[in-house]
Parts: sequence; C-alpha cells; structure tokens
Amino acid sequence: MPLTRLRLGYLPLIDAAPLVIGHEMGFAAEEGLELDLMRLTAWAQSRDMLGAGLIDAAHMLVPMPIGQALRLGPDLPPFDLVMFLSHGGQAFAVNSTIETRLRALGHGFDFADARAAGEALRRAVPGVLRVGVPFTFSTQFELVSHWLGACGFLHDELELVTVPPPKMADAVAAGEVDAICVGEPWASFAVERGVAALLLPGIAIWAAPPEKALVLRRDFTEARPDETGALMRTLWRAGRWLDDPAHRGTAAEILSRAEYLDLPSELAERGLAGKLMVASGGEMRGAPGFIAFNAGAASFPWKSIAALIGGNIARRRGLDPAWAMQAAMAHFRTDLYRQHLRPAGAALPGASLRLEGMLTEDRTVPAEKGQMILRADRFFDGFTFEPEIQA
Amino acid sequence: MEKRLSIIIVEPDKERALPIVDGLREVGDHDIRIISEETGLARQIAEHRPDVVLIDLANPSRDILEELALASGPTERPVAMFVDRSDEQLTRAAIEAGVSAYVVDGLRPDRIKPILDAAIARFHMFQRMRTELAATRAALEERKIIDRAKAVLMKARGIDEEAAYALLRKTAMDQGKRVAEIAQQLVMAAGLLTCR
Repeated sequence: MPLTRLRLGYLPLIDAAPLVIGHEMGFAAEEGLELDLMRLTAWAQSRDMLGAGLIDAAHMLVPMPIGQALRLGPDLPPFDLVMFLSHGGQAFAVNSTIETRLRALGHGFDFADARAAGEALRRAVPGVLRVGVPFTFSTQFELVSHWLGACGFLHDELELVTVPPPKMADAVAAGEVDAICVGEPWASFAVERGVAALLLPGIAIWAAPPEKALVLRRDFTEARPDETGALMRTLWRAGRWLDDPAHRGTAAEILSRAEYLDLPSELAERGLAGKLMVASGGEMRGAPGFIAFNAGAASFPWKSIAALIGGNIARRRGLDPAWAMQAAMAHFRTDLYRQHLRPAGAALPGASLRLEGMLTEDRTVPAEKGQMILRADRFFDGFTFEPEIQA
Repeated sequence: MEKRLSIIIVEPDKERALPIVDGLREVGDHDIRIISEETGLARQIAEHRPDVVLIDLANPSRDILEELALASGPTERPVAMFVDRSDEQLTRAAIEAGVSAYVVDGLRPDRIKPILDAAIARFHMFQRMRTELAATRAALEERKIIDRAKAVLMKARGIDEEAAYALLRKTAMDQGKRVAEIAQQLVMAAGLLTCR
C-alpha cells in the first residue's frame, strides 16, 4: 500500500523529537504515513505556512494557536491543537555578570528552589531585567512572567524580548538581553559559548509546563480524519518510545544529525537525559523529568490549559479574559484526542477540564477505562487555576 | 497628491535587497530603506516608523517583528499587521513566494497591493535564480566526475576518451542508472584501490 505523504514543519529544538523519531523509527510507516519533515527558522513562518496550506501540520508552541484564536495574529483559517508533544524542556539562564553576583550572594545554582532563585535574582539585578523569550506567545513567556512576577519583579521591571532560539547566545553576548528562557539545546548552547549559566529548568517553576503541540488546520482535521488520527498515533507512539530513559541517548544521536539540529549530539543529550551543565566550568546538575513526551498523560490537551494561558494573554492585551478563555478552549480538541488515540490504547481522563496546579506528585486517578497516572503539575508558589465553566 | 509611503526591506543580503528596491521603484514613488544589520532590529524600525516592512518569510527576525506588530503603545506601533489586508489570494501568493509584509494599520489595500505584487514578483525571481544556480552547480560537478571517471578508464584499460565515455554510457544503460552515478561509483572504487 502506498504511504500517504504529510508535510510537517518543525523548528530545531530537542522537543521536535517526536516528529523526527516518528519518521526515523518507522512509527509513521506503521500508520501508513510518509513524513516530509521541513526544518523552519521562525515561529511566524510555521504559522503562516500552516495557514496557507504549505505544510499539513506543525510542531508549535502551545500558546501560538491560542494567540490565533484570540485574533492576535494574521487572518488565517482556524487552527486546531490536537495533542501536546512535550512538557518542559526549557531552561532559564543568566549572563556572566548576574551569575557572578548571584554566587556572591551565596546562591548555589542548585535548580531546587525557584522561589530562592527568583528572590536572589531580584537582589542581584537592581533595575530592569531583560529576558529573551522565543516568541510573544510562548510557554517561556508564561513561565518567566509568572515566576519573576511572584518574586518581586514589578510589571515594568521585567522586559520580555523576542529572540529566535539559535540567536539567544548571541543576544546575551551582545548585551541585548540579561537572561534567556529557551527550549533546549539553545540554553546549553549559550552555556557552551561561555556567555551564560543555567539558573533553573522550566519544571522548577511549573512541574508540567506544556511546551509544544501538534497543530493542524481545522479544515484538515475535518476533511481528513484518517490522516489526522494516523499522525496523532504516530507521534503518540514516538513520544512513548522517547520516554523510555534507555532511548534518550539514541534519540539525541538521531536528532543531532545535519538534517535536523546539526549540532554535537552531546548538546542535545543534556536536555534529553536531564543532565545539564550549569556553567562553562563544567559543573553538572541532574534535572530528573526535565522533558517529558508521553508519560503521565503529558500529551492530553487539557482545555483548562487553554483557559489559563488564554486568560493570561487577554489580560496582558486588554481583552476580556472570560471571552478569551472560551475562545481558546474551542481550539483544544480533546474530542479528537479521545477519538483518535483511544484505538492506540491511550489512557483517557474522565474530564477535559481540571484544576491546574493541584498535583504535588504523580497521582493515580480513575480513567475512562481503569486507572491512569497523571503527572505532578504544581507551580513553585502553589498557584492553582480553576477555569470558569459556562454551561 | 497622496503621501509617499515609507517602506523598509529587512534583508541581510544586499544582492537580494537591491532588485526588490528596483521592483518597488517601478510601481511608485516611495521612500525605501534597506535594513541589513539585524541587531537592534526593533529599535531601528521604531526609529523610522515605516508604513510597510517587507521581510523574507523564513527570516528568523520575523518573530521579533511579530512582537513589534502587537505592541500596544502608539509610539511603539510603526507597523500593525501582516499580509492579510487585501484578499486571501494575495496572502497566499505572498506566503508561497516567501514574502511577509507588516503594514501600518489603516493603510488602504489599493495602496498596498501594487507594492506586494512587485515584491512577490521579485521573490519568485530569486527562487528561480536559486534553483537555476543549484542546477548549474550540480551539472558542473557531474561533468567533473565524469571527466575523472573517463581518465580512470583510459588509464586502466588503455582506451581513448570516446571509448571510455561509451563504456560509461553502456554500463549506465545496462544498470538503469545515470552516467554520473556510474562515474561516481567508479571514481570512488578507484580511490579505494589506489589507497596505500
């Protein structure tokens, strides 16, 4: 049987692994698909190419389709987010000057306590802190504003600046930003260049920050349900393969090839294995669970996440949060997740909305069939979010 | 008379930027600037307050313009949005050609369209030139390889150039491959055999 060809856009980051592994390890072929992986250079490019139908599906920052749903992007056909591809994978790094000051204050770069790290940072930086984030609508933006907002940085003391991930190290070196929050391997790349030190992994701020998602055009998910389902099952199985710790080294090797990341595999392996180098001096730090793809229902696109992020974006842009939450939730397709991943044996939660930030540790809960484990998702400051449900 | 439009082209490659400028000059009297140095892009654009910014769809600096396009303060808002002002077909044509445009809010579609059309035409020209260049380069490489393969055969078998080429062609036909592929294999094998 001939394979159906699908064009997928991705940006060079370790969290593109489900696409690359789905293709390279034959999960796509098992589903009758041939994946044509296209490496892109800008998030806006990915969004526009998806909108124009030049790619069929995209590896996208979770908040991007929310920005589109809130009409904060160009006038393109509606998008659907059908599953998350990863949680975590981000790191926050500071320039050498701030690193020196933090060490002088006695901070140990121990990755352990986001509150202590944030408050030390507040003391080390007298005025405005400029932080590079990959995109206006990004998990990094959400993480940094939540974390540093709770650690004493006032609204006008925090300047979040868009910097393309491969340029993060340059931006720190040129003094355009003081710190960066970016997906791996680009924080480690800055460490390797000797211009930055890792202060925290994203999971220290929010234990399960949804980072990348599979996004398609709604007319595609409607007109081609079979291919949509086949693609989702491909990436879901690739994610399950990736969550076996024994596979992470292999994944780093494959992902680092010239046609994908085109970097030394040792760099990609740091994030994938959860063993990061804090500073160029060689200090290593373990970050268990630094990135997750599938375990603990990581791929389930909770509508409450859409509401949480949609509400945040709305408040920043002077839009009505209640409207924004509803608008965002309509594009998180838990119904398609259930329909297309049930046959693959994915554990399905009873509800599609939940109280975010409630789980201090992994918890076994009733599922549609039997039981399932949900990942811990607590915020460092105990923040919780309950979406307002309109009947 | 209508005010001249201020247009900025963000393009690090001068060779690419200049023909776009020429293309735009043909469709109207505009004030056109090229930004080739992308550090401090947001600041540079904010200083010029252009009506239109043209940039390659795949330029990583686009994500910086996205932020600028969403900025709320009146002084921070030189450009408003994207390529969607006129019609869907134009948007698609622009994206396919690899052009993205950021246009100041309220600028009339009939003023934007000729500019975008001209940019789209130039971007297509680049795509064609790039494809042609790649093809020419590949052909040149193949000719070099075939020449080397012929030399190997001439030396090893004591035949002349014409006979060497005929042998390559016959082998290619028998195996259902291209002459260049056979030549490549031969050169590689010869390299291995002569290695000490």
